[in-house]
Amino acid sequence: MRIRPQGKQPRQAEKQPSHSRLAGARPQETDCANAQLDAVAATQALTQGGDSAYDSGVKIDAEASALRAYAIGGSPPRREGPEKVRGQALYVDDLPADFYGTGEVELVHGVTVRSPVARGRLRAIGFLPGVPWDEIVVVTAADIPGQNHIALLENDQPCLVSGLINHAEEPLLILGHPDRVIAERARTLVRLEIDPLPPQLDLDDSLRRGTKPDAGPNDVIWGKDNVFKTFTIEKGDVAAAWAGVDVIVEGDYETGAQEQLYIEPQGMLARVRPDGSVEVFGSLQCPYYVHAALMAVFNLPADKVRIVQTETGGGFGGKEEYPSMIAAHTALLARKAGRPAKIVYDRLEDMVATTKRHPSRTHIKTGWRHDGTLVVQDIDFRLDGGAYMTLSPVVLSRGGLHAAGPYACDHVRVRARAAATNMPPHGAFRGFGAPQSVFAIERHMDEAAAKLGMSEIALRKKNLVRDGQTLSTGQVLRERVDMRALLDRALALSGYEAKRARYDEENRRAAQGQGGMHAQRRRGIGVATFMHGAGFTGSGERYLASKVTVDCDATGQVHVRASSTEIGQGTNTIFTQIAAEILGLPPDAITVVRPDTSQVPNSGPTVASRTVMVVGGLVARACQQLKTRLVEAGQGMRLAAAGYRPQQFRAAVQAYLAQHGTLSVTTEYEPPPDVQWDDKAYRGDAYATYAWAAYVAEVEVDLVTYETRVLDFVAVQEVGKVVHPILAAGQIEGGVAQGVGFALYEKVAWREGRMANGQMTNYIMPTSADVPPIRVEFIEVENPRLRGPGGAKGIGELPLDGTAPAILNAVAQATGLRLNQIPLLPEDLLAAYARAGLENG
Amino acid sequence: MSTHGHDSHHATTTSSGTFTRPLIELRLRVNGIDTVCVVHPMARLLDVLRESLHLSGTKEGCGEGECGACAVLLNGELVCSCLVPALQAMGTEVTTIEGVAPSLATLDRVQQAFVDCGGAQCGICTPGMILAAKALLTRCPQPTEAEIREGLAGNLCRCTGYTKIFSSVLRACQADGATTEGGER
Repeated sequence: MRIRPQGKQPRQAEKQPSHSRLAGARPQETDCANAQLDAVAATQALTQGGDSAYDSGVKIDAEASALRAYAIGGSPPRREGPEKVRGQALYVDDLPADFYGTGEVELVHGVTVRSPVARGRLRAIGFLPGVPWDEIVVVTAADIPGQNHIALLENDQPCLVSGLINHAEEPLLILGHPDRVIAERARTLVRLEIDPLPPQLDLDDSLRRGTKPDAGPNDVIWGKDNVFKTFTIEKGDVAAAWAGVDVIVEGDYETGAQEQLYIEPQGMLARVRPDGSVEVFGSLQCPYYVHAALMAVFNLPADKVRIVQTETGGGFGGKEEYPSMIAAHTALLARKAGRPAKIVYDRLEDMVATTKRHPSRTHIKTGWRHDGTLVVQDIDFRLDGGAYMTLSPVVLSRGGLHAAGPYACDHVRVRARAAATNMPPHGAFRGFGAPQSVFAIERHMDEAAAKLGMSEIALRKKNLVRDGQTLSTGQVLRERVDMRALLDRALALSGYEAKRARYDEENRRAAQGQGGMHAQRRRGIGVATFMHGAGFTGSGERYLASKVTVDCDATGQVHVRASSTEIGQGTNTIFTQIAAEILGLPPDAITVVRPDTSQVPNSGPTVASRTVMVVGGLVARACQQLKTRLVEAGQGMRLAAAGYRPQQFRAAVQAYLAQHGTLSVTTEYEPPPDVQWDDKAYRGDAYATYAWAAYVAEVEVDLVTYETRVLDFVAVQEVGKVVHPILAAGQIEGGVAQGVGFALYEKVAWREGRMANGQMTNYIMPTSADVPPIRVEFIEVENPRLRGPGGAKGIGELPLDGTAPAILNAVAQATGLRLNQIPLLPEDLLAAYARAGLENG
Repeated sequence: MSTHGHDSHHATTTSSGTFTRPLIELRLRVNGIDTVCVVHPMARLLDVLRESLHLSGTKEGCGEGECGACAVLLNGELVCSCLVPALQAMGTEVTTIEGVAPSLATLDRVQQAFVDCGGAQCGICTPGMILAAKALLTRCPQPTEAEIREGLAGNLCRCTGYTKIFSSVLRACQADGATTEGGER
């Protein structure tokens, strides 16, 4: 792979400490005035394509891309950036009661009374003296006008418990008072009479008891066998393939629950209109999920429920499902109180009650030839789904579909199961099952290399998948894939081979007491190679049938309407770039409409790394059609197909409106005809496309404190066209930091099914002092098959997949231990050394 | 987490409706403006700012001094306003994020650098982070990367992995004076 830099390096960039280097293909010295020229040039470049080999990739510096052009591939400033840095952006807790014209000045504040036990039957509720109960609004399941469930895949999760409690912290009732202090005090004065039942708190225990022949009512806690979903991917002939192998490698791998830990806790503001319609404003990722949930709870038609996203302080999947619950509670309280209601969780409640990443266990057995050829993979992948189904089947799908890794293997079986337990429901978290299964396969690759006596690099290179080959589902890779080039680049950037050899030698000497002042220090460097499917799994996008509308008002202002939310990742900015580039307009002429179900069509949830690729593609198509319509209308000021001034555009819009009344284009997702997926057999094109990556982590382990520090991190990936290099690098850097936490810091302490460390003081996420320098590089590939704007693929979830295994592979080199569980805190490492000491006598 | 409006019968505005002890007349200077409000002496400075003074740019992330989203400058020193009782703020000079920009049309150099370098993503940690950066640059105008890491270690960010925040602070050191929003830099 040849990489040639384009454009001169900007002065500022030379002084940057970030080490971030990105690919991009935009010139550097550009300002707002040139944006449209750049846009035209970029469009031409995009449509012309050019040769599409890796060696045509160009690489420039991240900060060098801080140009003003709102063109695809430029890095314009975040659109809502000025409000955010001024503290003017309004998050849900910042809204006054009358913010959306409610006409009310006094809110009722809601608090949630939750189950103290993991399983039981709620017998009675009593109210102890100490607060003026006659002033307090009490909402129970009996106050629900519609269905007592939170609509999602399976309507098994109640909005408020009416009898059987299935997990700790499950919502039982809502209390409301204008004075939050009184509401809080009232919460402590509710007396719950609960008959406890024995809970199931272990996923394997639940799977075993759910299927045993004499299973009783305490064995089966969900459905008929405690299984939310199970599927098997089969390729080749696994049973027969073992006969042809020289070496068999087996291992068990575990990952823990992880809290999303967005810094803005969850919250909602709701009101009920005199006509009974319900309006909710709040912190959320998926307006139409909340919309569907409230239609069911209130038994209202679609047009009587309105959901508006307020500025959202991070989501990472944590604001995908649970906001529906809080929205329902808040709206029920507003309905009963007869005035607007607000529920904002404090940190403790947010951490103990809302969803977390599914804990996982994976068993992998692989068969190899002596030369390192991977012959057969047999993988058993299990997730703890918690008490209700929520999104567990979909998380399981993504996890299972990534479980075999980016390797060509003729015989593969992946058996995947999601179990019900009496843990709080686990849910969406960036990566959505893939970080769990990728951790397993990437640790397994290093263990296999050790057993085969090969380098972990040589083993990967021998087996990495190429275009034309097939993944575990039989999906033929028709896009260009060159994982070896990505791996080589990551190795070169990190100095991998030399460091690997040096650390082996240093660690050996240190172990012999020759380490001098560093006798208690061990170092290691590790790699992970992986992929992440972009967009919804399987037929997901087909079922969603997402829509985007672009319209123009009488002033010529363009409105982009989608339900895709800005949660920090840059939706507002990216949609502006796409619209500005295609329409040839300055960014100020584009308004990205705040997601509000009364104002925007359903472009699907803001999840699955789909916003740029899928929804951005719909925005691009709508803008293109709108422009074509104006050009073809040919009246008033004539609009040339290419090259016009914003004033000419405005005049053309006004002329069009004078004649036609409205100018609006709605586009709907069209499934690519060559993407075929069989939901039942788990065969075919699991994802329309994949992002590909190779990450390298370097660590130091202190044998006095057993702390592991990540010294350096290199993230090389191919994500198609990089639409906004600064935002894209920000996604990778932030994801790597979360991956560092997943690997080394973030441990949920469970006590009888309750989170015992629901505070930022005892659930530890990485600080600025903990993150390593993160060097990000994108290798761009012109890939004519890709359908995102300019050929963009998904990016947001990718970095969560490879970070933890790269780190653990490095720790394995540093310590020489088999370390197959994360998070790996100092006490875990200490215990691992103790175990190894016992094993070695 | 606001409670009732400031015209309520409790004659206070800061989660103190059920406090029984006497209220105090809190006098302090906020963003250069002399301010008086009637609050409970143990009310959190965070609530005084957000509820009594309607300065909602100061955020609550954890309520126990761990995340730094509520950071403000108290007599020039960076503090977590969720840990400062109102009485302790008596007679002090407080700077919140609303007091950082020199005018409505301009941004402070640190704010501008955060916009330009991608230092803000979801934005919820940003006000506290910018005040932490301001405090750092006041005591250490040309920090090294290690000094920036140390100086911001009390402010948690879940989005950025901090890398672009470090870039933003370094960029701010290179900049001088205020710049116009969206202006050249």
